[in-house]
Amino acid sequence: MAPPTSSAVTLHINGEKYTLTVDHRTTLLDALRERLDLTGTKKGCDQGQCGACTVLLDGRRSVACLQLAVAAEGREITTIEGVADGDRLHPVQQAFLDLDGYQCGYCTPGQICSAVAVIEEHAAGWPSAVTEDLRPEAEAPALTADEIRERMSGNLCRCGAYAQIVRAVARAAENVTDEVKEPVA
Amino acid sequence: MREFGYQRAHDVAGAVALLGAAPDARLLGGGTNLVDLMKAGVERPGLLVDVRDLPLDEIRATADGGLRIGATVSNSDLAAHPAVRRHYPALTQALLAGASGQLRNMATVAGNLLQRTRCGYFADLAKPCNKRAPGTGCPAVTGDHRNHAILGASVHCVATHPSDMAVALAAFDAVVTYETADGPGELPLDAFYLPVGDTPHIETALPAGAVITGVTLPPVLAAAHSRYRKVRERASYAFAIGSVATALDVRDGVVRDVRLAFGAVASRPWRARAAERVLVGGPADADAFAAAADAELAAAEPLPGNRYKVTLTRNLVVTELARLAEEATR
Amino acid sequence: MTTTTGSSSATGATGAGRTRVEGRDKVTGAARYAGEIPFAGLAHGWLVLSTIARGRVTAVADEPVLAMPGVLAVLHHGNAPRVDADYVGMLGRPNPVVGLFQHDRVPFTGWPVALVVAETSEQAREAAEALVVGYEEEPHDVAFRAGRDDAYRPEDSPMVQADAGKGDVRAQLDGAAFVVDAQYTTPEEHHCTMEPHAATARWDDGRLDVIDSNQGSGWVAAEIAQLFSLDRDSVRVRSEHIGGAFGSKGLSAHQVAAVMATTVLGRPVRVVMTRRQMFSLVGYRSPTAQRVRIAADADGRLRAFDHEALNLTSTVHEFVETSAVLGRVLYDAEAHRTRHRVVRLDVPTPTWMRAPGEAPGSFAIESALDELAEKCGIDPIALRARNEPATGPVSGLPFSSRNVLACFEEGARRFGWADRDPRPGLRREGRWLLGTGTAAASYPSGVGRSTAAVTAEADGTFTVRINASDIGTGARTAMTLVAADALQVNPDLVRTRIGDSDLGHAMIAGGSTGTRSWGWAVRLAAADLRERLALGGGIPPEGITARSDTADAIDALPQQERHSFGAQFAEAAVDVTTGEVRVRRLLGIFAAGAIVNPLTARSQLTGGMTWGLSMALHEEAVRDAATGGHVNADLAGYHVASHADVPLVEADWVDDPVPGDPVGIKGVGEIGIVGVAAAIANAVWHATGVRHRELPIRPDRVLRAAGETPGA
Repeated sequence: MAPPTSSAVTLHINGEKYTLTVDHRTTLLDALRERLDLTGTKKGCDQGQCGACTVLLDGRRSVACLQLAVAAEGREITTIEGVADGDRLHPVQQAFLDLDGYQCGYCTPGQICSAVAVIEEHAAGWPSAVTEDLRPEAEAPALTADEIRERMSGNLCRCGAYAQIVRAVARAAENVTDEVKEPVA
Repeated sequence: MREFGYQRAHDVAGAVALLGAAPDARLLGGGTNLVDLMKAGVERPGLLVDVRDLPLDEIRATADGGLRIGATVSNSDLAAHPAVRRHYPALTQALLAGASGQLRNMATVAGNLLQRTRCGYFADLAKPCNKRAPGTGCPAVTGDHRNHAILGASVHCVATHPSDMAVALAAFDAVVTYETADGPGELPLDAFYLPVGDTPHIETALPAGAVITGVTLPPVLAAAHSRYRKVRERASYAFAIGSVATALDVRDGVVRDVRLAFGAVASRPWRARAAERVLVGGPADADAFAAAADAELAAAEPLPGNRYKVTLTRNLVVTELARLAEEATR
Repeated sequence: MTTTTGSSSATGATGAGRTRVEGRDKVTGAARYAGEIPFAGLAHGWLVLSTIARGRVTAVADEPVLAMPGVLAVLHHGNAPRVDADYVGMLGRPNPVVGLFQHDRVPFTGWPVALVVAETSEQAREAAEALVVGYEEEPHDVAFRAGRDDAYRPEDSPMVQADAGKGDVRAQLDGAAFVVDAQYTTPEEHHCTMEPHAATARWDDGRLDVIDSNQGSGWVAAEIAQLFSLDRDSVRVRSEHIGGAFGSKGLSAHQVAAVMATTVLGRPVRVVMTRRQMFSLVGYRSPTAQRVRIAADADGRLRAFDHEALNLTSTVHEFVETSAVLGRVLYDAEAHRTRHRVVRLDVPTPTWMRAPGEAPGSFAIESALDELAEKCGIDPIALRARNEPATGPVSGLPFSSRNVLACFEEGARRFGWADRDPRPGLRREGRWLLGTGTAAASYPSGVGRSTAAVTAEADGTFTVRINASDIGTGARTAMTLVAADALQVNPDLVRTRIGDSDLGHAMIAGGSTGTRSWGWAVRLAAADLRERLALGGGIPPEGITARSDTADAIDALPQQERHSFGAQFAEAAVDVTTGEVRVRRLLGIFAAGAIVNPLTARSQLTGGMTWGLSMALHEEAVRDAATGGHVNADLAGYHVASHADVPLVEADWVDDPVPGDPVGIKGVGEIGIVGVAAAIANAVWHATGVRHRELPIRPDRVLRAAGETPGA
């Protein structure tokens, strides 16, 4: 007998519970956008190649386009709609707004979710591909422009707002060094 | 993407049983490669067995001083683990050079080993491909093969294996362990990936119905002085066009142990044993490094569009070994 | 020389940096794009594209697919509603791809052959994959290269003058002290907007309502009306937020498919392109093969300037990539010749892509100028200064304003150009060879007729209605600021409505014309309103509205050469053992008229420069000769620059007043990309001594070049 091809699931999103029946083929991205009207998470490529659909799964950044909704049951999901504290923007959101860390805005929710996680991953001592000293006892690298750029590289921005995004992430991380100082505007 | 069933396995025996019950079942780990290929129509499973909840997410030291890595450990957890950073830094570097932060959080160790090639012909149902549809031909041989294999390929397939992690594991003699209905088994990484020959669609020696349980790294003294260097067509978030994992143990100017593996040059991580043989017992200098690289790359059969990979790989071997040798003298 | 980064207007609304009025919506995910507006009973359409490059469709096996779960309809050439694609729209005849399912011919791989509509997107995708389409295949030819003997001279049109020239090029070449004669190529490049093309269509009380992602909702509405033979007023197109466009978002197959399906099914239908489909359906920048011949006197003065550019187009529609127009503006010479040639292949039709013409053209001529500077032993900036024309080199018309030398002067100062040793291959830092390069930039400052309405509301606020499109430019914010300035009120009191074809006619967001065109209309209406309000009297409940139409004012503009200018500076690091190239610094100084909002203008300029970097080092769509389709039609195979590739790009501007111009705004959407690839290629030469005349400058090419160059 063929197994069932859909399941009832309960998804925990931004502190709320959502119960729905999903076709097993439905990705978390499509469940958010087409079933739950949470359209802040964007579909850029649907192949894990652009980062526009970045959400936090159990606090870790992930691409929702390659995450099946049925397999997301039991995990805490945070989308861009759940990043702010009520009406008060998250420091990353505020920095993107103030420093123009975007243009068309389509990659922005993914960039912001990713940046929130990057700041936490860095604080947790995770190295990156540009970290020179990998020894566990080594002092954690500063979140320099190069570190931010490498860690944010899974989020493409075709408008080319990278320079502004790096400055915004640095400001939100309270790590504004001379190299990422903001231009006069 | 066709409709499919979904089951979550909670222990290894359960996963083996579910996988064995349906011929078109596939294991779902992070999904970063499988779900993508399902969307493209390349993979069409009838049942997905979700293995993310299996109790295989531990990294622990083995009695002999090696490391035991569970199959479902995420790529990011493995990269950040203190024992890996201390004893096998090339493995951390390889992992961090792969994909993106998001994908590394999702991807598992076993899934990384089993990922399919990123050849553009393989991923497109409108084009022939012996790996995807045996017998249809390999258009890359005469078509676009800028990023295809120079070592160990055949006229049937010139695709490369995309993993960075597996290149570092190959350098350190990693062993893949698995469970089947008939009991456990293991395969050294060298034997895990099969030669291309005329069966490019059969990629590993893993028995049908096997569930990978983990990877064991033996203690490798040289691995503490190891590096992974990757070259790609943009500075990050791209597959390798050339990479080398290197480890070097030099004492009194003599090479005691050396490990060399290449990425992006073959259908599997390419352990450069010929090069290693040239170096062991000899001096750790630029001439020796160049001779070693040439010894390995003598077997290269580049296509017109990827000759640069021979130069690139040779240059990487020489500069990376030189850097390790220099660090050893500090 | 002073740079203007402060206020340049009476009340300070324009000229001061303002964050985007929709910024909060964009950073919280509240901003809804075209595929994100919910409708009850929405059905999902999935396009099926041809897998052959040339031939005809012999059969579409729709019966088995119609029996699949959730499938509502399969549209194809055998059953689709008839449309009339033989019309002339605002930009000429439409791309024939919008004549969806009207015949059985297949002119390229990726041509739409069917649309499957189903209850859910998962069902639609599976059904589309299962649909068996039969073909009769014919031999195809997709091989673009220089020297094809079937290249032809395109007809002149209002948008393209194929050839222009004066003097005897041959004679001047023969008598010159220095000659550069080089071939440059640029590859097929794609827009790759982050938001895929998406449209939702429905019939609403007798009107066709289309939620779409485009760069001109009035433009798309008019084309849909023409295509479907509808009254213009019975079509409404809305585009509130647009996830990037860059020239790719006009009428395409997805809106047509959605309109056909909603007409057939009587329920709302959404069609979203997949990333892979975008590579064959929404246009791209044609590859180019360009020959540049420049001859100069011993002192560097140009005697001959000859630029011939070849691009490809499809067999069904002509598109000319106007690569050679840049030389008609930048440089004069005794003999001056610029020519365009086109070859027809079995490929999709190319289209406008950010700085169409100027982007690939500047790579060729600004590289050639650098090669000439090397030969003459003259500094590249001095060479350009020596050849600065007084009037349009071909037209003879005066420039409205031309401050390119001021850009070089300011850029050189900030970049530290004066300390540069011109000799190549001398600077090393670890494994990196370092070099610097520069290039000039220019892009036309056009304008198109627009209408606007500005209303003084009874509550003391103001509403601006202008059918602008904010494709990421900050248009909504810019129009708010322009209106506030003209009204002399605080911008917080002004609300701006854009992106709705019901708002009336306005120019599209394209060719750097938007801010100038819309700003003009808004300024006229706001100024009129301010005069009426100055008369006193109360404001009635419906408010007081002033309207404008810029048609007459545009007609009254004197004939001039109107362009933005700029100077690009790059520092590149090259590892010749791995072929890696990194751009360490990018600085662009521009002369682009009045800057409305420095914050967003700087973003547009640095965004364009980032495109230039991506073009220089990364982008190339590779077409497989055997199947005629791409082998890298996704964002893992088609590389655009990522975070790690891009330094803290800097852009700024010099004073650029435009005497007598009623607006003074020039536009900044395209100028940022122009010249960047050349500046980087020139920097790579300066680092390594190797000229790269083929883009992108990728590791394989750098390694090959290093292998071919003794001593490198």
